[in-house]
Amino acid sequence: MSLPILEARGISKRFGHVHALIDADISVFRGEVVALIGDNGAGKSTLAKILSGALRPDTGEIRIDGAVTEIQSPIDARRHGIETVYQDLALALDLDPVQNVFLGREISAPGLLGLFGFLDLPAMRRRAEEAFRSLGVQVPALSAAVGNFSGGQRQGIAVARGLIWAERLVFMDEPTAALGVAQTWNVWNLIRRVRDRGISVVLISHSMPDVLAVADRIVVLRHGCRVATYGAKSVTSDELVGAMTGTLELAQSEGRSSGPTQRTNGDGE
Amino acid sequence: MTCETDAGQTSGSRRWSGQWLLDRPELMIFTSLAIIAAVFSFLNPSAFLSGINLRNMAVEGSTALIVCVGMTYVIITAGIDLSVGAVLVFSSVCSVLAMRAVGTDGSWAAAVGLLVSLGTAAIWGLINGMLIAYAKLNSLIVTLATIGIALGGARLLSGGVDLIGVPESIINGIGIGRVLGVPVIVMIAGVFTVVAGVVMHRTRFGLYTYAIGSNEQAARRAGINVERHLVTVYVIAAVCAGLAGYLSLTRFASTTIAGHGTDNLKAITAVVLGGTSLFGGTGTLYGTVAGVFIPVVLAAGLVIVGLPSFWQEVAVGIVLLLAVLVDQLRRRSK
Repeated sequence: MSLPILEARGISKRFGHVHALIDADISVFRGEVVALIGDNGAGKSTLAKILSGALRPDTGEIRIDGAVTEIQSPIDARRHGIETVYQDLALALDLDPVQNVFLGREISAPGLLGLFGFLDLPAMRRRAEEAFRSLGVQVPALSAAVGNFSGGQRQGIAVARGLIWAERLVFMDEPTAALGVAQTWNVWNLIRRVRDRGISVVLISHSMPDVLAVADRIVVLRHGCRVATYGAKSVTSDELVGAMTGTLELAQSEGRSSGPTQRTNGDGE
Repeated sequence: MTCETDAGQTSGSRRWSGQWLLDRPELMIFTSLAIIAAVFSFLNPSAFLSGINLRNMAVEGSTALIVCVGMTYVIITAGIDLSVGAVLVFSSVCSVLAMRAVGTDGSWAAAVGLLVSLGTAAIWGLINGMLIAYAKLNSLIVTLATIGIALGGARLLSGGVDLIGVPESIINGIGIGRVLGVPVIVMIAGVFTVVAGVVMHRTRFGLYTYAIGSNEQAARRAGINVERHLVTVYVIAAVCAGLAGYLSLTRFASTTIAGHGTDNLKAITAVVLGGTSLFGGTGTLYGTVAGVFIPVVLAAGLVIVGLPSFWQEVAVGIVLLLAVLVDQLRRRSK
């Protein structure tokens, strides 16, 4: 039985008097798509930020491949092969797609020029082009500013950037929030393709269709606690909404088995 | 989703003819410069194209260009540096004082003068940069404040009067020196600008400068040390002013304390004329070159064709408004 590649236990975070997370747990296995859902203020963004290094938890521990690890910053997370696709995309609109993909991780020119900070532009272009093609991301022009592209195309580039660099895990914060039907389909396909390469995805979403379409497992947060975990195959949209809003008091089902193993407990409130 | 691309293209077909101009504003300004030069050349070729006029225009533009190189970097990060003229004056005063202290004329004094000029300027850049990047103060206010401090400091150091005592060797060698008919100052400015342009457009440092101006948050998330980079950019801007100050010493054989009150605004004008956006993230150094020379060529040309050179100010003002308007259109089209 393999260890989860990322496991968080007993994570709590307070902002002043607000308990954003109370003793929350989550685990992600290799090549698995985990959806993190919850109503506004349920703590899903906070949990994702803690796991991707943008926030530090007050208590709790994070294990990567079973070893307790402190994730100090998003840069630190990147060193562990964990990437984040931000909801605002975090693209520099005046730069082109290649520059955006490689920003902070440029390929230096060979030899002395590289020491002076010169970049190997053809190599970066080649690799970005290859990656866009293999992920099936439509990029209208490799040397035009990203600001000229449509919302869907920008999203494609931001998602592709995360997927290109992720070695283990990608966090995606509302990746389809701004997209039309066809583009949403593209993102789902991207997620599936990445999963098939053995990279895990944590999807933070409001969208029940997203979650049911691509997730293998669904973690529901409410009021900062994990209230339920479902296998995606057997759960319905109504059940998820029920768990999110609290009309269904459900317990978690641990493990990756499909079908909710439900127990009631008083942990929710 | 064809409808989305269609929507882009229907509005695109109308503005397509001007799209390349919107995307490459520096080409538009280069075309304007070429047209202005062509008109003056046509009206009075013997005077406008004479060696002396070309040399004068080139020298006039050169020191301004060096200041504008630094300003371009700053504006691309979406900042502004109003203190360039004051830093220029401060560093040239310190430079003269140092060269006087060395006493003997020669390469030793010249080198000390240059180092002092660049060094004192760098300190001002460091102060500006630290306050802007780490204390998160607005660049406009920080550099507005350092104008007063640097200029006042320069006057205190010099006793309020312009200092003479610039070594003859650098006046002859640099200030009025020529190699193969080309003024040395022009060659220095040319080499300096080319190097700065290569750094801006070909290196990691240049890329980070654009990235920070375009989306600071994204740059930070990409692992760029935004604060350190910003400090470096303000140091570069100040060092450019220091170099221009040293060159102006060699050109005028004295400090020019009262002569740089509007250098900052002239530099901002040239940089914006050259297609660099005040919102940051876009701009080119060759655009800045054209932006520097438009006022210079206009001023010289108008005098040559016998019109009051005050028209130059009018014309530059109008072109500046057009440049900002184009930038606005470009942003809206995104």
